[in-house]
Amino acid sequence: MVRFSPLPLFPTLTVLVLLGPLAAGLWGTILPAFGHLPAAGETGPNLEAFHALFDWPGIGPAIRLSLVTGIVAAVLSLAITSLILAGWAGTRGFRLLERLLSPFLSVPHAAAAFGLAFLIAPSGWIARLFSPWLTGWDRPPDLLILNDPWGLSLIAGMVMKEVPFLLLMSIAALGQIDGSRRMALSQSMGYGRISAWMFAIFPAVYARIRLPVLVVLTWSMSVVDVAVILGPSTPPTLSVQIVRWMSDPDIAFRLQAAAAALVQLALVVGAVGLWFLGEKLLARMACARIEAGHRGHNDRTLRAMGFALGTAISLALLIGLLGLVVWSIAGFWTFPDLLPDQFTARSWIRHRAGSLDALGETALIAAIAVAVGMLLTVGCLETEERRNLRLTERGMWLIYLPLIVPQTAFLPGLQTLFLNLGLDMGRAPVVLAHLVFVLPYLRLSLEGPWKAWDTRQATVAAALGASPNCVLWRVRLPMLLAPLLTAIAVGVAVSVGQYLPTLLVGGGRIETLTTEAVALASGGDRRAIGVFGLMQTAAALVPFALALALPALIWRNRKGLLNG
Amino acid sequence: MADGLHLDKVAITHGGTQLITIDTHVTPGEVLTIMGPSGVGKSTLLSAIIGTLADSFDCSGHIILNGRDLTPLPPDERCVGILFQDALLFPHLSVGANLAFGLAPGGARAERRTKIDTALAEVGLEGFADRDPATLSGGQRARVALMRMLLSEPHALLLDEPFSGLDAELRGQVRDLVFEHARARALPVLLVTHDRDDAEAAGGPVINLG
Repeated sequence: MVRFSPLPLFPTLTVLVLLGPLAAGLWGTILPAFGHLPAAGETGPNLEAFHALFDWPGIGPAIRLSLVTGIVAAVLSLAITSLILAGWAGTRGFRLLERLLSPFLSVPHAAAAFGLAFLIAPSGWIARLFSPWLTGWDRPPDLLILNDPWGLSLIAGMVMKEVPFLLLMSIAALGQIDGSRRMALSQSMGYGRISAWMFAIFPAVYARIRLPVLVVLTWSMSVVDVAVILGPSTPPTLSVQIVRWMSDPDIAFRLQAAAAALVQLALVVGAVGLWFLGEKLLARMACARIEAGHRGHNDRTLRAMGFALGTAISLALLIGLLGLVVWSIAGFWTFPDLLPDQFTARSWIRHRAGSLDALGETALIAAIAVAVGMLLTVGCLETEERRNLRLTERGMWLIYLPLIVPQTAFLPGLQTLFLNLGLDMGRAPVVLAHLVFVLPYLRLSLEGPWKAWDTRQATVAAALGASPNCVLWRVRLPMLLAPLLTAIAVGVAVSVGQYLPTLLVGGGRIETLTTEAVALASGGDRRAIGVFGLMQTAAALVPFALALALPALIWRNRKGLLNG
Repeated sequence: MADGLHLDKVAITHGGTQLITIDTHVTPGEVLTIMGPSGVGKSTLLSAIIGTLADSFDCSGHIILNGRDLTPLPPDERCVGILFQDALLFPHLSVGANLAFGLAPGGARAERRTKIDTALAEVGLEGFADRDPATLSGGQRARVALMRMLLSEPHALLLDEPFSGLDAELRGQVRDLVFEHARARALPVLLVTHDRDDAEAAGGPVINLG
C-alpha cells in the first residue's frame, strides 16, 4: 500500500519562502525604478527616477560612503578575525576570548551600536574618564565623533559585531580541517605561528567561511539600523537615504527610492566581483611567498596586536551594554562625572507601557516566525534524510541568498508591491519577511548537530518496530533537544534584531523593540535608549539562557545527553 | 653525548597524574621505537618534543638536540620534523608548492625549483610538481610528505605512526624509504607505533610504554 507522505512539501515550501519574497521584492523594485507606480498615478517605463536620483546632490558621497565603509569594515573584520585565530587558536588565551565574544553574537546590532555610541561620544565614558584632568574639558567637547562624515564610527560599530560572527564561523570550520595538526606540521618545518596559519590553514578555513564573509560584505554595505545610529547623516549612506525616501509622505519619492535600491544592488554586485578579484590576487601573492619559503619568525608584535584587538572588541561590547544599563537608571548626570548623581527607576516607569507593548509585538512576531521556520527546517532535514538527498553547494548558496542580497534592494519593493496590490500591510507580511531571514540561520544552526546524530540509533529503533515518524518524534528530536533549543534561540535573536523588514514591510505601523529603539536615535534621549536597548538585548539573550538551562534541567538524570 | 636527541628526565603530567617518564638518548642515524597501546600518551610525548603540548599538560626535564636545549624554544625554532599517519599535504597547493612550503628559505627561484625537482626524482615522482595532491595514491602522498619534511632540513625526525594508513606491501616500501633517507642524513629518529613489524624494521632500541 502506498501511503500519502506529506514530507516532499517541506523543501518546496522552504524554497518558496526563501525566494518568493526575494523575487517579488526585486520585481517590486524594478517596476517603480522605471517609472511604473500606479498607486502614485505613474505609468512607465521611463528613466525619470534615475534622472531625479542622479540630480540629487548627495548621490556621489552616498555611493562613496556605502562602498568605502562596507568594504573597509569587511576587510578589517576578516583581517582581525584571522589575526586572532592565527596568533592564538588552540591556546588558553583563545578559549578565554572565545568565551568572552560568543555571548555577544546574539546581542542585536542596534543595542551594540548604541553601546558603542555611549562609549565614544564626546560626552561618553571614554571622554569622561580622561576629563578634566587630562583633556581640560569641563563640558562635552564640540567634536563630531559619532556620525562623523567619513563613517569611521560606523565602521567601528560594524567591525565590532562582525568579528564575533566570523570568529565563531571559523572555529566551526577549524574542527573540520584538522587545524591543530596542520599547525604542528608547519611549525615543525620552521614556520612562525602566524605564517603557518596564513599559508597552511587560512586557505582551508576561508573556503568554508566564504559565504559568511560575503554576508558580512554585503551587510556592511547596506546596513540601515547601525548606520542610522553611528553613520553620517548629511548625506547618509545610500541605504539610509533609500529608507528616508521610502518613509516620505510624498509617495512620488518611492520612484527615486526604487532607483536607488537598484543602484545599491549594483554596488553590492560590483563589490562582490571586486572581492573575488581580491581573493585571486591574494592567493597568487601567498603562492609566491610560499615558493620563496619565508618563515616569518618574528610575529610577537602581530600576535600581541591580535590579542589586544580581540580584547578591545569584547570590552567595547561589554562596557557598551553596561552603558545602556547605567543610562536607563541614571538620575541627574553631569559631565565629566563617571557615574550619575543618583540612580532611579523613573525611566523604566515612564516607558513601561510603551516598552511592554513593543516587547509583546516583538515576541509574537518572533514566536510565529521561528515556529514556522523550525517546522520547515526540521521537515527539510528529515525529508533529505529519508530520500537520501544531499545539500549541494548550490543549495547552500540558495540558503545564503536572502542574507547576501542587500535588504534595501528588495524590501522597499515588497512594500511597493503590497501598495500596488492594495493589500494592507500588517503583522502577517512582517512575519513572512522575518521568516526569510530566520530560515537561513535555523538551517545553519541545526545542520551540524542533525548530521552528526548517530543514525544507528534510528536503525535500532526501526528494528524494534518503530515507524520513521515514531523514530523522529520519540528518538531523534528528544535526543537533539539541546541543539533544537539553541536553533530556536538563534532564530528568536535574528527576528528580534530585524529592523528594516519590520519598518518597511510593516509600513511603519508595526512597532517592535528594535524599531522603537532605532527611532530614538535621532532624539538623543539616552535614558529611553537605555531602556529600549536593554529590553531588546534581553529579548535576544533570554532565549539563549533558556536553551542552555532547559536541557540541563530536563535531562538532569541523563548524563549521556548532557555532554553532547 | 652532544650529538643526537637527548630526552633528559622528561616527565609529562596532566592534572597531577603522571603520564610518561622517559630518560633516553637517540644517536644520529639511529631509530628509537616507542611502543604501547593507544592512550598511553605516545603522541603527547611527540607534542612535547616539537613544542606543541597543550597548556593543560606539564612537562619537566630537558629535551636536548645536538647540544641545544629545545625546552624553552617555540616550535618553529626547534628544527624537529614530524610525520603523521596522514600525509597532510595541503590540498590548496600543488605537489611542487607543497614541497616549496617545506624547502628551507633562501636561494634563487630557479635554484629552488631544481631542488624540488631533484627531491621528487629521489622518490621516483619525476614530473609530479604540478599535480594536485588529491590525485596521488596513498604511497605517493607518503613520499611527498617525507620529502616536504626533509627539505625543511630538520635536525631530528619524529614519526607518529606514519605507516599505519598504508597496506602491508606499501607499508614495507615506505618504511624502508623513510629510514634510508633519515640514515643518509644522520638524523636521530623517534618512531611511535603499536606495530611490532615497524619496530623490527627500525632495527634500533625499543621502549615499551604502558
